[in-house]
Parts: sequence; structure tokens; C-alpha cells
Amino acid sequence: MDINFSAEDLAFRDEVREFFDQEYDSAIKTKLSSKVGEEYKQGMVDWQKKLYAKGWVAPGWPAEYGGTEWTSTQKFIYETERGLAGIPDVVPFGLKMVAPVIYTFGNEEQKARFLPRILESKDWWCQGYSEPGAGSDLAALNTTADYAGDNYIVNGRKIWTTFAQYADWIFCLVRTSKGMRKQQGISFLLIDMNTPGIEVKPIVTIDGKHSLNEVLFENVKVPAENLIGEQDKGWTYAKALLAHERTGMAEVADSTRMLEALKQRARVEVNGGNAMIDDPIFQMRLSNIEMELMALEYTELRVFASMAAGGMPGPESSLLKIKGTEISQAIHELQLQLASFYGGALPEDLNADELKHDFAFEARGKYMYGRAATIYGGSNEVQRNVIAKAVLGL
Amino acid sequence: MNFDFSEEQTMIKDSVSRFVRDEYDFDTRRAIIDSEEGISREFWSMFAELGWLSVPFAEEYGGFGGSVEDIAAVMEELGKGIVVEPYASTVVVFGGLLSASDNSDLKAQVIPSIIDGSCMGSLAYTEAQSRYEMTDVATSARVCDGGYKINGEKTVVANGGTANKFIVTARHSGEQFDRDGISLFMVDASAPGVEVKSYKMMDGQSAATVTFKDVMVSETQLLNTAGEGMDLIDQVMPQILMGLSAEALGIMSTLNTTTVEYSKVRQQFDTPISSFQVLQHRMVDTFMACEQTKSMLFRGLCQAGEDDSAALLKTVHALKATVARYGKLVGEEAIQIHGGIGMTDELNIGHYVKRLMMINVSFGDGDYHQKKFNQLSYSA
Repeated sequence: MDINFSAEDLAFRDEVREFFDQEYDSAIKTKLSSKVGEEYKQGMVDWQKKLYAKGWVAPGWPAEYGGTEWTSTQKFIYETERGLAGIPDVVPFGLKMVAPVIYTFGNEEQKARFLPRILESKDWWCQGYSEPGAGSDLAALNTTADYAGDNYIVNGRKIWTTFAQYADWIFCLVRTSKGMRKQQGISFLLIDMNTPGIEVKPIVTIDGKHSLNEVLFENVKVPAENLIGEQDKGWTYAKALLAHERTGMAEVADSTRMLEALKQRARVEVNGGNAMIDDPIFQMRLSNIEMELMALEYTELRVFASMAAGGMPGPESSLLKIKGTEISQAIHELQLQLASFYGGALPEDLNADELKHDFAFEARGKYMYGRAATIYGGSNEVQRNVIAKAVLGL
Repeated sequence: MNFDFSEEQTMIKDSVSRFVRDEYDFDTRRAIIDSEEGISREFWSMFAELGWLSVPFAEEYGGFGGSVEDIAAVMEELGKGIVVEPYASTVVVFGGLLSASDNSDLKAQVIPSIIDGSCMGSLAYTEAQSRYEMTDVATSARVCDGGYKINGEKTVVANGGTANKFIVTARHSGEQFDRDGISLFMVDASAPGVEVKSYKMMDGQSAATVTFKDVMVSETQLLNTAGEGMDLIDQVMPQILMGLSAEALGIMSTLNTTTVEYSKVRQQFDTPISSFQVLQHRMVDTFMACEQTKSMLFRGLCQAGEDDSAALLKTVHALKATVARYGKLVGEEAIQIHGGIGMTDELNIGHYVKRLMMINVSFGDGDYHQKKFNQLSYSA
């Protein structure tokens, strides 16, 4: 057993590190460190354009559409380095979610029309899946699309739509007919956000921020050419997309970096004159997380190694999302514990000098928004259902 | 990058696995435990013939020249059968220390007898006051004419009743808790002044209180330089901890598989209990516990092949702590999900759990290792 990379792979790692070091510059960092807003959006677009210029914006895509032709090892190295460097992933809705559906199930016109604009970050996409009555039970959705001439007339509500306020396009699951099973009669539709009848309503989350929205559709006329694949077959396409969403959710590199930062902060934060990192109970909490992460790192490597060998990921892959999100939440929790009562201060325009504390807002924000990690992408309870059925045969 | 056992390792793993499946069923094991010696000499000879007893030893002594990976491969399979023959204490611990010794005469004399099955051995290190702290040694080795005289008492010496030889930790100089000044001696169980009182343990294995009264040993019985015994122990400890953890992993995976299968056939409220979501999720948690334990073991095995002993040490402490935490979870859930039948001595479940419990307290429990981990990781 070994975890050694080849010389070529190590050279690739150096290239990635150098690129991140040079291109992820302070201008972008400043924009991305701002509160969610136009500046943040611009920061993401700037960064994705740099990745595009380098040819690295869509490693997962087939080469003919603009992918990198990286080996699975290179993809793994890239993701690890990105996480360790603290660089956010690309906004997934276009590049990682709708694009694979378009190049897999879309027609030639759709590919030519949408894929280049996604690569170049010209269009901002959002995801219209969840509805007030369809969360983890996604197939229970009720938004309707009635075929009329060359158009679909869409009516209904989508919810939890991340970054809909910036989006040019939304990909939606809509109900085109009532089938025997609720998974039948669903279609996959691409909708221009500028179409009359669409209303975006902000949802402020418990971290006090606005990244989520409700999207309302009232008699929205969508050209039939925006239908992906066949009518009523959308659930098949959506399931393929969900498989994409589930890979790489352990976020080991990100958690490793956050844990190191947490340890640094625990050396500075004191109680009764002693650094928190010397407190035996705090040490236990830290090592409970750190040990779990050390194991998860190798679980991820095991999954990756079996995929690199051309196999399918084994049963160990299914626990990546559950353990990965539990660990990141545990780190957020300890960070907020370190911030103590400073974490409660509300006005975020208070600077560190005024508050006498320098990471309290970040700690609270991460903790609060971080609660979503075990809910989205298939809640952890749904993930457990999946393992129970698919792995344990229960 | 590679996480597969080699062809050679797979062969030996399969060979142990076949033995457990075909020869070592639960009734056979029970009969062995109830026998006078509590182990099967017949099976031990078979282990020798199959080459299992030679795994970690160098080829110059007739060994297989295996690594800790090979040991882990064997131990995991032995765990699946909760085999009571003293493989861990003889081959992994006693044999591991001897392998690492620089006393080549002693090695040439003893290793072949381990390999051919004629010598069982054990490390005698625990004392009444020491709990898990290996440096807490009150047993003395006083210099005298022709060597040393050992006096003291060792407690819960694993398989002390069947061991022909002991490696004994004895203080040669320094104070009770000093790391320096501890020596390792090879002592015959039959040497004058050695007294062994053996008793059964709950996991089917045995242990003994071993007293040493003016036991004469010579320089030639030292495993390494007098007073530097802890160096040797520290060097071998990762291998010991990984071996025991591999055994625990075998036990945990067996408990999980058995529990899942039972839940599918056990009917309550006119339906298999496997259909209840609350039980499904608990079995998913024990499945994840097992996978994470395996990953931590693999982390140790990979690092053992590298040259970073600090990283390896951190990992093996984490590994033993993980085995403790997740072993307990897996064991308790197995009993709970089996229900009343899980409480019976007749069913194998409780016996797997008891071996896990004993692995937990061998060479430091979970809290002990987590504390060591914390010291290495967080103390500046």
C-alpha cells in the first residue's frame, strides 16, 4: 500500500500550486471576502474567467466540449490543492450541474448555444429543483409546464434557489403530465430568467445573509426548443445530475485547512490566562474531529484509487458526504465556541478593533450557514437511506 | 497510489480466511476454550506448517520477511474467527520485539522455534500499579555476578500460562517512571524463581500473574543495550497497535455483517426488522464506523512504508483511539439490534464484543491513546 504520486503527477501538482499562487490574487480575494452581493458575484466571475483562460474551468467535461482531459489523479490533485489553498469551487450550477445534462442529453443546437457561454462565464445559472412541497422528496414537485403550440406555459414555485438574484438562466424540473408514479411526467426545462412572469423573492437565512431565493413562475412562456431530451423523461436526466452532485463532497482539503486555522486561533484565544489549545477538554473536542478527518482523508483516497484504477467507487464512497459534512459542521461549531460571546455581536460593520475580536462574524456565519450542509445535496438522512438500500441491502 | 494487498498478501489472507471458515467454527472454538490448556496445539502446529508463524521474521532466520501489512492481513482474518491461539502475543508482540532486537545470537536461537511452533512467547510488562504506562516499571534487574537478578511481579501477562518464554521489562537504573534504565530480558518460563499463575479472560484467551524472585539472567539474554529497552518497545509499538487494530477491524466487520443479515430474517410486527428506518440508520452508522477504522488502519500501513515516524506515531494513536470508540459502537449496536438473543452466551455476538473489549484495553485504551495524540498534536 502506498499513496505515492508519479513524477508527472507531482509536476502537475506544482503547476497547479504555481497557478493558484499567481492568479488567485488579492483583487479577487478582496471581492470574494465581501458579503454576498454584486462584488462577490464579480469576484467569482473574474476567477472563473482566469480558469477559463488557463483551460481549467471545466475539468469534468469531455474534451470535445472544452474539458481538460485530465486523468482522475490530476482531477483529484487539482481539487485537493484548491481546498488547501482556500479557493472556492466554481459556481456549480452552470459548470457542474446543467452543463453535464446538456452535453449528455441535449441536442446539437442546445450544446452550441449554451455550453460556450457557460465555459466563458457569460451566463450565470441557478437550479430550479426544490419546491415548498418537494425537498428531500424531490419527485413530489408540482410546478407545471403545459404544452401550447411551440411553447410551454410554466406555473409554480421553486425554492432554496441559490444565487437566483444573479442568474441569467434557471434549469427546472417541471411536471408535464401526471404519471402512475410521481417520478413519471417530469421534464427538464431551461428557462431565461428575463422572461416575463418570473419573480425572484429573497430568503434571508439564519446567518443573516441573502444567497437563497424563492422563484415564482406565473404563466411563463418558455420556447419548446428549451426542453432537454424528451418530454416526461426529465427524472432520468435529473438523477444523472444528482450523481454528479454527490461526487467530491467530502471536502477533506477544505476541512484540513479550516482545522489548521482553528488550531492557530486556539493558540491565541485564552481563558484564565491559558491558551484554549492547552485546555484538555478543548483538546478532546479538537482531536475527535482531527482523527475523524485523518480517517476520512484515506476514505477519500480509497475511493479515488478505485476510480483511478478504472473501477466504480466502492461502498466507501457513499459515506463521503455524510462524514464530510459532519466534520465541517464540527469545525464550525468549535470555531464559534472559540469566539465565545463575541460571536453574538450583530452589526457586521463593527470592525475587529471596535469589537475586540477578529473572527467572530466569520465564525457565526460559517456555523449558521454551515447547518445547510447536512440538508442540501440530499439530506444526510436521505444519504443514510441510500447506503442502507444500495450498500447494506436493507 | 494503491490500497490493494499484494498477491502474496492476498494468498496468506485467503489461507487464514479459509481456515476460519472451514476449521474454526464457533463450537470448535468453544471446545478449545473449555479444554485444559485453553488453546489448540494441533491448530498451532497447522499455523506453523502454513507459514503463518513466520510472517514478520527475516529470511535469514527462516522467516517470510513480511511487513506490518502482512501482519495486518493475517490479524484481520484471525479477528473474523476470534481465534484464541496466541498469535498476537507470540508472533506480533514477542516476535516483533525479538525481530527488532540487535542480539543476533538470541534471535538465531529463539526465532526458529517460534516459526516451527515449539515456542510461544509473551511480553511481561504490566505491573499492579502501572495500568497502561509502559515506563512505570518497579520490577528490578540488579547487576550481580554473571549478569542480573530480576525481582518483581508482572500482572495480566497475555497467554502467560502457555508461554515458554517471556520478554520482561525490568528496571536496571533510574526511578520508577523513568523512560531510561528499563531493560528487556528474555526469560524462560521454566527458569528458577519464575512463578506463573494463569487464569481465563472473558475473551477466551488467558492471562497470568508472573512473579520473578531472584531470577538470574545473563547479558546474553538482553534484547538490546541495558537500560534502553523502551527504544525497542517504541520502535515496535506501531506494528503492535496496527496488528491489534486489524484484528479489531475483522471483528467489527463480522459483527456488522452478522447484524445486517440477522435484521433481514428477524420478523417483528409482521415485517423484517431491517425495514425499520431507525435500525437502518444505525446499521449505516456502524458500517461507516467500520470503513473509517479501515481507512485509519490503511493510513498507518501507508505511513509505515514511509520514513516519517512522527506522522506514523500520531496515526497509530489515532487508530487505537478510533478502534476503541467505533469498536464500542459496533459491539453495542450488534447486541442491541439482535435484541434478547444478543444477550445470550450461546450466540457468538457477545464473544466478538468481549474480544473487542479486551483489544481496547491492550496496550492502552482509547482515552490513553487520544491523550497521547493530543500531546503530540497540540502541545507546543
